[in-house]
Amino acid sequence: MADLKVMLVDDEQEFATTLAERLRMRGIETVTAFDGEEALKLMAAQRPNVVVLDIMMPGMSGLQVLGKVTAMYPDLPVILLTGIGSTSEGIAGMKIGAHDYLMKPLQIEELIEKIRSAAAKRI
Amino acid sequence: MKLRQSISQIFSGLAEVPDQENAPIRYNIVRRNMTVLMLLITLVPLTLMTVINYYEYRSVLRDEIVTPQKVLVNKAKHSIELFLANRLATVNFIASAYTFEELADEANLNRIFRVLKREFEGFVDLGLIDSAGLQVSYAGPYKLQGKDYSEQTWFEHVRVNGTYISDVFKGYRRFPHLALAVQHLPENGKSWIVRATINTAKLDELIASMGLDHESDAFLVNKEGILQTNSKYYGQALEQCPCVPSVSYEPTVVEKTDPKGRAIILTYAYFPSTNFIFMLIKPQAQVMKAWYTLKADLFIVFLISVAVIVVVVLRLTKTMFQRMKESDDKRALALREMEHNHKLSSIGRLAAGVAHEINNPLAVINEKAGLMKDLIEFTPDFPDKERFLGPVGTIIGSVDRCRAITHRLLGFARRMDVEIQVLDVNDVIRETIGFLEKEALYRNIKLNLKFARELPRIESDRGQLQQVFLNILNNALQAMDDGGTVSVATFERDEQSIGVTIQDTGHGMSDETLKHIFEPFFTTKSSGKGTGLGLSITYGLVKKLGGDVDVQSKPGKGTRFTVYLPVKQQESQGS
Repeated sequence: MADLKVMLVDDEQEFATTLAERLRMRGIETVTAFDGEEALKLMAAQRPNVVVLDIMMPGMSGLQVLGKVTAMYPDLPVILLTGIGSTSEGIAGMKIGAHDYLMKPLQIEELIEKIRSAAAKRI
Repeated sequence: MKLRQSISQIFSGLAEVPDQENAPIRYNIVRRNMTVLMLLITLVPLTLMTVINYYEYRSVLRDEIVTPQKVLVNKAKHSIELFLANRLATVNFIASAYTFEELADEANLNRIFRVLKREFEGFVDLGLIDSAGLQVSYAGPYKLQGKDYSEQTWFEHVRVNGTYISDVFKGYRRFPHLALAVQHLPENGKSWIVRATINTAKLDELIASMGLDHESDAFLVNKEGILQTNSKYYGQALEQCPCVPSVSYEPTVVEKTDPKGRAIILTYAYFPSTNFIFMLIKPQAQVMKAWYTLKADLFIVFLISVAVIVVVVLRLTKTMFQRMKESDDKRALALREMEHNHKLSSIGRLAAGVAHEINNPLAVINEKAGLMKDLIEFTPDFPDKERFLGPVGTIIGSVDRCRAITHRLLGFARRMDVEIQVLDVNDVIRETIGFLEKEALYRNIKLNLKFARELPRIESDRGQLQQVFLNILNNALQAMDDGGTVSVATFERDEQSIGVTIQDTGHGMSDETLKHIFEPFFTTKSSGKGTGLGLSITYGLVKKLGGDVDVQSKPGKGTRFTVYLPVKQQESQGS
């Protein structure tokens, strides 16, 4: 699993760091970014296999980041995180190239499953 | 001024729009005012007209009845006066044409009397009386020579006035008659009196010639009330008649009750030169017959008019106020619905906002608790592992519950996306009931399904319909003790819509509860058991799908939900 590297983008730092720690505990290498610009900058350096991206962010929104990511790295799978009930945003994201979407609060097992399937698709 | 004030008060009372609070009482007051007012403005003129007509007709008819009677009395009076004047002139002629000596001669007087009897009807006898009051000569059937009249009142009367007509009397002659006396005053100063008596039969004849009908009565009476001729009702001549009217020389009509108790119309006239009164009596019933008929007609027409007016006014105001009330009710209902919708949508926006805000902290709690759980699980030999795992599990469980609540809140707020397809409602209900069959079986609740066979397929959203039915069925199950019955039936309401009724035998709801059941966060379940969103979501969904929900409930009897759904979706809906 060493080749699996996830980038987690969420403005809610506590959420992002905690979730990153939990993923690491399960052996998934994870980097975190707290806004869109930072994520795009880190992406070039870190080269993640999968991006987990929150849609609701101040500044650059998740969907804008998604647009840039799919333009720059067409093969990089992105899993969107939406607020609960915001199904339409998830679907909108998938239409512009997201791999899948998940509703917060998450079930960690479900997230890992999606990450794995996204990574598998890429390979 | 007072009248004006009270009238304007009534009108302002009528113009007032009833409050919603005590509308029924208000309506009744306004309706009563209106009715009274309408009755007044119709009945008062009618009554006035009737009363005026009554008096007008009465006076006109009275004139018509009275005038001929007066004419008749006048005529009769004149002919009697004429008769008496004529006889008096004859006696006067005899007194003037002959000397005292000629008249004192018995044979001569007898001859004059015979001629008199032949030429003028009614003379009974003729006599000469000297200035001392002694009967000098006499022609007639009785022996009256030498009789002294000086003490009698008539003698004095004739000495003073020159002529005299007596009342009817019997005197020596034993039958009713009257006496005429004339004093002659020649130049030499020696006066004498010629006195004649006439049979009153001639007066009866004159009265009979008036041609009266059989119910009428006419007679002469003197001023002392003694009958001078025979009366049909009040006795024979010379008997006392108790009816002397007040003095009037012109024919006069009075309505009165006679001593025998009959209502009569009396027409009479006093004779100016004699002691007589001529009286004509007719029973009122006969004379006033025409008037009574007219009066009855007038009264009946009046009563019928009043009845018709009252009925029409009552019906009119009733209909009017029913219409008014209906339109007011409709308006109030529309207002309530609008208010309700407005309330739902503003609460919905608030709920969505709250849900979004809560969601992020919830996600953090979830991750922190998850991390704690991971730490406990991934660390071998963690002390008191079980004691820590318990609370952490509870935290995660609670987050799940919050998640469910926010999910529903958002669902309520956004009503989610609608995906319209053509579907069979019977199928949808069957699927939905599938979720609940286990619970029903477990609680011994009977599910009674009655699906319409040829139910038209409708355009709607399957998932949302499922949610609608699930919510209502869940409520039904929760409202019931074990062992009840839930009846579900579908039917075609009309060409445009179908209906689904879900009836339970549960506890039912009070009117107060019924008013609020579609409001979000309204719940009768104990705290923690329900969110109070189920029925408001249901209501929102059904409205979104272009349908309607109706609830009927009686405490203790159960509740019936009826969901109406359109067969075809309109363009504006489902977006």
